[in-house]
Amino acid sequence: MAYSDKVVNHYENPQNVGSLDKNDPQVGTGLVGAPACGDVMKLQLKINDDGIIEDAKFKTFGCGSAIASSSLVTTMVKGKTIEEAEKIENSLIAEELALPPVKIHCSVLAEDAIKAAIADYRKKRGEA
Amino acid sequence: MSVKLPIYFDNQATTPVDPRVLDAMMPYLTEHFGNPASRNHAFGWAAKEAVEIAREQVAALIGASPKEIIFTSGATESDNLAIKGVARQYESRGKHIITVQTEHKAVLDSCHALERDGWEVTFLPVDREGLVDIDQLRDAIRDDTVLVSVMLANNEIGVVQPIREIGAICRERGVIFHCDAVQGLGKVPFDVVEDHVDLASISAHKMYGPKGIGALYVRRGRPRLRLRPLIDGGGHERGLRSGTLATHQIVGLGKAAELAAEDLVNGGIDKVRALRDRLWDGIRENLDEVYLNGSWEHRIPNNLNVSFAYVEGEAMMMGIKDIACSSGSACTSASLEPSYVLRALGVGAELAHSSIRFGLGRFNTEEEVDHAIGLIVEKVRWLREMSPLYEMVKEGIDLSSVQWSAH
Repeated sequence: MAYSDKVVNHYENPQNVGSLDKNDPQVGTGLVGAPACGDVMKLQLKINDDGIIEDAKFKTFGCGSAIASSSLVTTMVKGKTIEEAEKIENSLIAEELALPPVKIHCSVLAEDAIKAAIADYRKKRGEA
Repeated sequence: MSVKLPIYFDNQATTPVDPRVLDAMMPYLTEHFGNPASRNHAFGWAAKEAVEIAREQVAALIGASPKEIIFTSGATESDNLAIKGVARQYESRGKHIITVQTEHKAVLDSCHALERDGWEVTFLPVDREGLVDIDQLRDAIRDDTVLVSVMLANNEIGVVQPIREIGAICRERGVIFHCDAVQGLGKVPFDVVEDHVDLASISAHKMYGPKGIGALYVRRGRPRLRLRPLIDGGGHERGLRSGTLATHQIVGLGKAAELAAEDLVNGGIDKVRALRDRLWDGIRENLDEVYLNGSWEHRIPNNLNVSFAYVEGEAMMMGIKDIACSSGSACTSASLEPSYVLRALGVGAELAHSSIRFGLGRFNTEEEVDHAIGLIVEKVRWLREMSPLYEMVKEGIDLSSVQWSAH
């Protein structure tokens, strides 16, 4: 697959790889995808009492563009409010990384991961 | 010690042209450029002589007689000619074909094309090792079965089928037997007489010859075997394959066949086997949860197909971009489906996505293998650190118990 330099850069130097304490009430965890489909993303967001995303970490099993999409998302959401992060659409991710058409689903998965992490956070806070 | 990068470990996709092959070919592009069909001048005679020498070299590789070799554009054409040529010639005898789920697409899709013309095709399953069950094959033969097509060695996993036993069954039952021999030639013994093969597909570029040339062995003698040609024209190649013979390509195929035959007796293939074994040992000694795909015992000596659990194949290939190899991962295919060959073996979708094929070859070195081992081990560890699956397994979570959100 001939990828853009942005995908290659994120793949070779992924940002914010790692895990946060999933039991921390301030941490929302999103786990999306399936091993059988060839991609699984885990995105964790640490959200402060003002609703601002202080930290983001990811781990991804998937192709280069799935790793790049997750890495990019962690950099995009940091410092944003929950409401702002929720508005991030896959098209923005796909455009930023210049994903080829067959890899658009990676950006969809990244968008889903944000939403799943926020839903988990809200559930923990009893907001869901 | 310096290794020239990138390293080529994709010799089941194609091979470089051996310099000895190129040397043999060159004069037939320049001074001896004649058309082998020109019967009345020296240019034509020189070309014709070269073509006939090549025919002998190809025949010698498979234990055939030169008259039984038909030159084609490559193995895809050979597979098409064998299957469709038999079908069109013998459809009054019956309209049933038997083949195997792990065959090359050129065979499978030729069979699918015949299905659209009213043929029935049995696609036999394989076991966990990738081998066809002989008894199952015998039972699948019906009164209206015209053709059985089974490959010598698989292009993805290198598994070698029991061709001799299959050939004997077909001969006994009066069914025509086609074998796509492409990946096995020069790697394992193959003899059309002893193996009872009626038709065999051959490709030059998988054995250090040029692309764009192949051959079909068509058995002569009794019982008589006839084919209906796919290409009509000047009646070249016993009328089975019209079109001006590509002399330089044919000379290249002939020389490649001669060298492939030598590889089997002069230890050439044993050197490749040693490199392949060294690669597998190096991987296994340094990484846990790596799984071999396909039989180890019944396998061509140049193939290694491994799944690195919790690491996706395409990401792995990006990580080891200094090593040219290939993957059964969906992400490397246009269809977004993981390898049908691995799925036929019962390899789970997760491990199919994590598979990498290394194809070793004549020009690889120990230094390249050692460099590759280092890089593979480093990148698998790095990608596993990034893998949520690996983390979950280390936490003791059974991945099959997780409710995944399929998409």
